[in-house]
Amino acid sequence: VAGPALLLKIDLRSFEVEDVDTSSHLSPGSRRTTSSPHRNAMSPTSIYYRDLGTATAAATNNNNLNYTQPRSIMGGGGSKTPEPVSRRSELSIDISSSSSKQVDNVTSPASARFAANSAVKRPEVLGHSKTPEISHKREVTFAKMPTDSPVIRRIEGNNNNNGTSRTPEQNHARKFEAPRSEVSLSHSNMSESTKPHHPNPQGKGEKTHGSDFSYVGIDAILEQMRRKAMKQGFELNIMVVGQSGLGKSTLMNTLFKSKVSRKSVQPNPEERIPKTIEIKSISHDIEEKGVRMKLTVIDTPGFGDQINNENCWQPIMKFINDQYEAYLQEEININRKKRIPDSRVHCCIYFIPPTGHCLRPLDVEFMRRLSKVVNIVPVIAKADTLTLEERDYFKQTIREELRANGIDVYPQKEFDEDADDRMINDKIREMIPFAVVGSDQEYQVNGKKILGRKTKWGTIEVENIAHCEFAYLRDLLIRTHMQNIKDITGSIHYETYRVRRLNESNGHFSSHASDNPADQPKANGQPEGQPSALQANGVAAQHEALSHEM
Amino acid sequence: MSQADKMKQGQFSNPETPGYVGFANLPNQVHRKSVKKGFEFTLMVVGESGLGKSTLINSLFLTDLYPERIIPGAAEKIERTVQIEASTVEIEERGVKLRLTVVDTPGYGDAINSQDCFSTIISYIDDQFERYLHDESGLNRRHIVDNRVHCCFYFISPLGHGLKPLDVQFMKAIHNKVNVVPVIAKADTLTLRERERLKRRVLDEIDEHGIKIYHLPDAESDEDEDFKEQTRILKASIPFAVVGSNQQIEAKGKKVRGRLYPWGVVEVENPEHNDFLKLRIMLITHMQDLQEVTQDLHYENFRSERLKRGGRLSSHGYGPEPEEMDKDIILQEKEAELRRMQEMIAKMQAQMQKQGDGEGDGPHVGKV
Repeated sequence: VAGPALLLKIDLRSFEVEDVDTSSHLSPGSRRTTSSPHRNAMSPTSIYYRDLGTATAAATNNNNLNYTQPRSIMGGGGSKTPEPVSRRSELSIDISSSSSKQVDNVTSPASARFAANSAVKRPEVLGHSKTPEISHKREVTFAKMPTDSPVIRRIEGNNNNNGTSRTPEQNHARKFEAPRSEVSLSHSNMSESTKPHHPNPQGKGEKTHGSDFSYVGIDAILEQMRRKAMKQGFELNIMVVGQSGLGKSTLMNTLFKSKVSRKSVQPNPEERIPKTIEIKSISHDIEEKGVRMKLTVIDTPGFGDQINNENCWQPIMKFINDQYEAYLQEEININRKKRIPDSRVHCCIYFIPPTGHCLRPLDVEFMRRLSKVVNIVPVIAKADTLTLEERDYFKQTIREELRANGIDVYPQKEFDEDADDRMINDKIREMIPFAVVGSDQEYQVNGKKILGRKTKWGTIEVENIAHCEFAYLRDLLIRTHMQNIKDITGSIHYETYRVRRLNESNGHFSSHASDNPADQPKANGQPEGQPSALQANGVAAQHEALSHEM
Repeated sequence: MSQADKMKQGQFSNPETPGYVGFANLPNQVHRKSVKKGFEFTLMVVGESGLGKSTLINSLFLTDLYPERIIPGAAEKIERTVQIEASTVEIEERGVKLRLTVVDTPGYGDAINSQDCFSTIISYIDDQFERYLHDESGLNRRHIVDNRVHCCFYFISPLGHGLKPLDVQFMKAIHNKVNVVPVIAKADTLTLRERERLKRRVLDEIDEHGIKIYHLPDAESDEDEDFKEQTRILKASIPFAVVGSNQQIEAKGKKVRGRLYPWGVVEVENPEHNDFLKLRIMLITHMQDLQEVTQDLHYENFRSERLKRGGRLSSHGYGPEPEEMDKDIILQEKEAELRRMQEMIAKMQAQMQKQGDGEGDGPHVGKV
């Protein structure tokens, strides 16, 4: 059962299915119960491979190679040089009998992704791999990763995130520049972890031209994947929630530098507050450097605008669950499509009004309920109202309130896979909620065109990090964590829904999804392997098909 | 000019001229007396949390009305209902004393369900009227404390596209009880164009819903041109878009009150940046008018409603009588009460007379 958005995932699963009998299949539900399953959630194959690695050397060459390569790549990472080396030596992938001790524990998906990403994105890098001979025996010792090549790769990979290959003109003044470079690589295509071809051979090819005989050419798969991804394109569904007038539509336009918001599409922009909450979904196909993306912006006009705002989050919850339901129904079809259209809400941006004091009860209620079903990214809207001190104070208060109420916003602490992730995400967590200003008007400042707001006392530049944190938000959402967001949606939130739903239909013969996923936190207490044993005697034969498959 | 005219002129200007009576001095006497007595003014501020109400009040009167202020967190806000907090401060400027009471309404608009967040506020306003009415109808009217709300600043959020449903409902509920002055808060969120658009939008919606806000009286024809011009400008700027601050920032070499941003400094007292000065001028020059309108219009409205409805002004209940009584019955009751009171007064006087005859003491307080 694979998501359509990532073709890689499909292939991944196919590998998994082959060998799933041999290794322990960790159900999604259980993923959340312990820490290691978490990692499985992110890169299921990694665990699988690790088992393979430790268990038997008889695993397929392909698998193991995939397994090892990424790790070695990561090993060479700048700040991680000392560590990865040791990690690499932990796990021995027996590609050849002589175990290459340097192979890193693949459960650092960051590394895997890192490699994958860089490999996918850089044909030139891959070009290297083509030159060395393929006649390469199993003696591949992805041993010592020369520290230079990974660094090079990393920087290169930095440019390409998620297929959105932008030129590396990133503002290096940004806070998490260094970790971001690693992050970018690591997070872009999580599921590519095992598949992606490690540039290692390239590295080797670069450095040690003499040992080309050991090059197989597996990294060429990255190029294949890349081509396929380009052809297929990506999907992203973002929901924006907040009171009227907080600049949601403008921010969407600013984020994607095109008129993607509801207001731009409406023929007659009448700014009336609707009497009830409406959910408006607008899709656009945008393209950049050959990479196509189907972006859906889901707007929720009317939220929080009435006098009585009780239960105003219910229509939104229902919508999100409906998307999960639609996906589930497609999934359990007997004849299902090759690529299930993914309309699940990947990310929900919640706009907090810049009062400067603290969260309102409505904010707390909404985020508390919805952080359990969708990734919530809170932002402080129209942040040009606040001076820097007020902004810091406000953020601090918000973070404390979120903590006090047990609200887990994206990036969630429990889904950090390893120390690298944690480090990067901790930096992000120190900064949320981002104080943003949106604008789709251009002005000339110091000779260059910038997006901003012009007032009598100065011009606010949207992309200037000294003015507001829009750039950080954009990087998080698009450049570094987009894939991670989609993965968490697919493998955590969706799976929660799915398990609950299947249990319901199993136990209660009911065919309606309940409206309160908020009561069901992720720990479903499902023992592993349970989903496969679900006898769907309640609903339809579809469920049986599902259980067979799983 | 004829002799008669000259005489007439001379009569009023020159104390030496014969025929000068001297009642031209009356305004001076009133002035002196009021200065001695001092002025009272009650201002109510209503608006959602975080709109800068307290900062604006502090900026307006250059005081710190809320020295030990604790802003509650969201969790506490959930349980809270709207409260009324009145703080009084005595300000003196050039010998003129002003007893300013600011009535704050924390909790307004905070709850998820704001359905009855303004019933507390309305009952407060009514209570003040009721108390005044009671005092006015009492026997001892020497020191009536006027706690009636003379003016209500209603803070409109600059973030929306106009008035919110809550704004409309609230203003409609109080526009017959108090002078409503709409104020656009935190105006540095808006560019000039956005500000104009919002002002127009707000005025349109106020018209559309039939909300009666306080209108500045036109300048008298005998005022000087400057004042007329000022009044014109003020009228054109409603609703005022203000920024409040008490922080001194160094800008262009001089110290100004303002807000410091990375992209510039917003000056509170710069008319190009916001309407703070206009608001202050309006409040100061029209303080008297606000009090008058409160007395002549709102209070009278309340009084007639109340008397029509309620009959007895009992001392133990400030609330209005629940039943609707017939006018005749009410009149009769009132007359009966008056007669009773007159009788009591007569009795008291008789007693005092007797005592006065007997002991020569001062008047005792009777059995009233």
